[in-house]
Amino acid sequence: MTAFLNQCFSGLAMGGIFAILALSLVMIFQATALLNFAQGEMAMASTYLAWQLIQHGVPYWLAFVLTVILSFAAGVLIERLIIRRFASAPVLTVVIVFIALVFIIDSMVGWIFGYQLQEFPSPFPEHNWFNNPLVSSHQSGILLVTLVVMSVVWAFFRFTTLGLAMRAAAQNPASSRLVGIKVGWMLALGWGLAAAIGAIAGMMAAPIVYLDPSMMSSLLLYGFAGAVLGGINNPWGAVLGGLLVGVSVNLVGAYLVGTQLQLAVALTMIIGILLVRPSGLFGHTIVTRV
Amino acid sequence: MSAIAGIKPQAASVPQRKFGRAPAFAAALIAGILLAFNASGYHLFQYAQVLIYMIALIGLNLLTGFNGSISLGHGAFFAIGGYGAAILMAHLGVAWWLTLPIMAFICFGAGFGFGMPALRLEGLYLALATFALAITMPGILNYKHFDAYTGGTSGLQVDKPKVPLHLPLNQDQWLFLCCLAAAMLMLFIAQNLVASRVGRAMVALRDHPIAAQTMGVNSAMVKATCFGVAALYAGVAGALDAALVGFVAPDSYSVFLSLSLLVGMVVGGLGSLWGMLAGAIFIEFVPNLADSFSDMFGESAKALPWAVYGVFLIAILLLAPHGIAGAVQRVVAFVRGLMAKASPNLTPELPAISAGNQPAEQNHRTTQGS
Amino acid sequence: MISRRELLATGAAATVATGATLPALAANAPGVTATEIRIGQTMPYSGPASAYGIIGRTEAAYFKMLNAKGGINGRKINLISLDDGYSPPKAVEDIRRLVEQEKVAFIFQSLGTPSNAAIMKYLNNAKIPQLFVATGAAIFSDPKHFPWTMGFNPNYQAEAAIYAKHILANNPKAKIGVLYQNDDFGQDYLVGLKSVLTGDKASMITKTVSYEVSEPTVESQIVTLQGAGVDVMLFAATPKFGAQAVHKSFAVGFKGVRYLSNVSAAFPILKAAGLDAAKGLLTAAYVKDTSDPALAKDAGYMEWAAFCGKYMDKNAVVDGNAAYGYAAAQTMAQVLKQCGNDLSRANILKQAQSLKDFTCATLLPGITLNTSATNYSPIRALQIQDFDGAHWKSVGGLIHS
Repeated sequence: MTAFLNQCFSGLAMGGIFAILALSLVMIFQATALLNFAQGEMAMASTYLAWQLIQHGVPYWLAFVLTVILSFAAGVLIERLIIRRFASAPVLTVVIVFIALVFIIDSMVGWIFGYQLQEFPSPFPEHNWFNNPLVSSHQSGILLVTLVVMSVVWAFFRFTTLGLAMRAAAQNPASSRLVGIKVGWMLALGWGLAAAIGAIAGMMAAPIVYLDPSMMSSLLLYGFAGAVLGGINNPWGAVLGGLLVGVSVNLVGAYLVGTQLQLAVALTMIIGILLVRPSGLFGHTIVTRV
Repeated sequence: MSAIAGIKPQAASVPQRKFGRAPAFAAALIAGILLAFNASGYHLFQYAQVLIYMIALIGLNLLTGFNGSISLGHGAFFAIGGYGAAILMAHLGVAWWLTLPIMAFICFGAGFGFGMPALRLEGLYLALATFALAITMPGILNYKHFDAYTGGTSGLQVDKPKVPLHLPLNQDQWLFLCCLAAAMLMLFIAQNLVASRVGRAMVALRDHPIAAQTMGVNSAMVKATCFGVAALYAGVAGALDAALVGFVAPDSYSVFLSLSLLVGMVVGGLGSLWGMLAGAIFIEFVPNLADSFSDMFGESAKALPWAVYGVFLIAILLLAPHGIAGAVQRVVAFVRGLMAKASPNLTPELPAISAGNQPAEQNHRTTQGS
Repeated sequence: MISRRELLATGAAATVATGATLPALAANAPGVTATEIRIGQTMPYSGPASAYGIIGRTEAAYFKMLNAKGGINGRKINLISLDDGYSPPKAVEDIRRLVEQEKVAFIFQSLGTPSNAAIMKYLNNAKIPQLFVATGAAIFSDPKHFPWTMGFNPNYQAEAAIYAKHILANNPKAKIGVLYQNDDFGQDYLVGLKSVLTGDKASMITKTVSYEVSEPTVESQIVTLQGAGVDVMLFAATPKFGAQAVHKSFAVGFKGVRYLSNVSAAFPILKAAGLDAAKGLLTAAYVKDTSDPALAKDAGYMEWAAFCGKYMDKNAVVDGNAAYGYAAAQTMAQVLKQCGNDLSRANILKQAQSLKDFTCATLLPGITLNTSATNYSPIRALQIQDFDGAHWKSVGGLIHS
């Protein structure tokens, strides 16, 4: 029983990381209707930035905040400098640009920081909270951070004018432009927010998976799966999707088919669910006119 | 989104039947034969690889460019083709050329079987499903209960095909010429397929799925068949590749291969079959080019080539957002326009109702989800 | 002109591939001139195994140092090291470029089991030495079938066998749990364990769990092992997963003995896992722990540190992979020295088969390299070491396999 609970909680903690990552994917999708393949690599680069700051003696939370801000700026820059130029190109061309970004970021980070495994500190205490035997404080910390990020994102879209403008720009660019919303900047903003959220995902993941240039490549697929499972246009769904993926992969691996095929089986299950509910568990269907 | 603004008659795809395809094929064959007798063995190996990629890209383009479905997992079928051929050759002693039709058949089945349920998904979800296939494939090839056949991670060694009938060729020339013949044949088949009834149904489903179904096109059947055909092409390419390289291992078919194929297709030009040659050349040679380019940054820049490659990729897409074929077509149209102005008798051929007209719009639409 | 290429390409030809126009014997290999010896190599500078890229860079730097000192027997060493991204087809393409375009004399320390397996047949057919491959898979030490291919690392099966003997000696009633990477590397450890734990001892291995390199973590696997009630854990894992396993087994409160495969036992990796969590680990080592200040007066270490100071960046000093690359390059230099002026491929192979008690600056005291026409595993002894929370400390004497 302990083992079972342990599997669940360790799955939940990984699920928290998938969830934040999924959330950042949803952010970009909401702003641009595209899935960003470079999201993982961007998050990895942000994490290296945080690591470098901490190495230079910057206190953790200050480094955390600085990284989030700088990542936001980098996200905006990438949109303004590169993605913007492909505004009129076919969607697949933009997907290839994402792939190119993956190569560039991965290669540059490896060149600058090397490929050696680095430790990354956790901001949470070393001892489990309330002396519980199951969940480490970092694991529960991840879940806490996920919820905070989620709430902030939700409040941003629900209660701020800027959030409203972003939603409007994504759903109806032409009309938004007419009412004076700078649609182009809204896209850039979406990229910035996604990069910032991705940075948080990276900093939460690094104490568990360790920091190296390939750290996010294995996580991205799970984030992707979480986002799609929850419903790519629903932030709450993305978080729940991420958590579900985390737990189910662990349980499938430990109790059903062994770890060798856990990924395959977990993905098959997700695809199976999608066949029944094509817009994800919590997504809403977009009705299109012929 | 803005993608709608990008729809222009680019990368026309229906072969211009009236204007004869024979010259293009003849030119390609002659160029190939000239190469075979003048290039070094190492270069022929590379050129053969280009032709193999071209075959796989044509298949992928039939699926994406003509049918509008995305596959991020095409490498998985390439892997099935490669492993299947290697197992047939190494364990069952099947002649290497015989593995091509066998793997074509098997991969068609695999693609059709995968496509039947998966193609009920659209856009993003299909992308996820196929991406997942690409990621899990090395693990499946490595599955321990298959080790007796697959050789586990150390892979399978295959005897490279020998030159038959005492032909005055060496092994590299022979393999290259075989790849050339295969590529031309597969291209010819693809061209005819696109111009056929099935091809028109494919394109109709891409552009107006509901209208096409109303007209009696069996959507599920056509889409799954198309996926099967794409897998068939990948399978043939994979089988040829196994013979050329003489070795298969799970690491040969990482997700990187699937991404490379996607890159090749887009760089070559969505909806253009000949453009796939350009795409194949890109994915074979540009990484090497990037490598020698980054050598200029000195010893420590060993990891930099892929950054350079990424920059090249972005640059070429900036110059040619519709791929190389799209750019070529633009240039041709421009030149024809000039000629038409010069001599009003010559009416420029309109690239109008071409199959590749609206990949942009369709892909955009499917990406938004159902 | 075709004839020559044909020989190289088909490789089926029995004649020496040094060029039809040259006499087969006593001729130097291609790539050897009066002033230069060209050597080729493939390395995963990009891709999933790029952490090992530093091995190639260290080796290049080593030859640069040798060249600055005048080279070997008056010849400079030119190591052409190409990136294969850990992809076997790319390795094949690279090797053909090295052999046919760059005309290298032989291949040295290409890295990775799949890449080496992919090029092994081609090189053996063409009778080109493939020396000191950078992998511990047993298939590369098989002189009967692949006389031109020689290993370097102590092989993984032998390492695992040493762990098994150690367990039997110290804890004969142990219940062993194994975490292994699901590929040749990991599976070789299982084979090695089972080769010692035979008969009624076989049941000592109570639980085995595997992981795929594409997974983000092995946390779930460690929880499973802990749940199975084992009292000995063996982690046959590459660095990232090794660090995770060490950390997680500590976090779930595992109190038994843990063995960690030596590829993951380098100090920086344990530091990432947490030194507290790593305390009490056991491994079987052959490369020095160059992070240990106790080595400061060691002659080999001083040579290594001086080299790093001049030819590498400062972080390389504590990098176990770099120290490993240094040892391999030293061994290669020794073989070329032994060759004297006869740099034919046959003689290069013969000299590679004739290492006698050679020692390397970065290998542990007592580790000597020996080869013969029938022994293609240069390093056969390992040293059990115990991590005391700060450094590796040797326990007992060398164990020969």
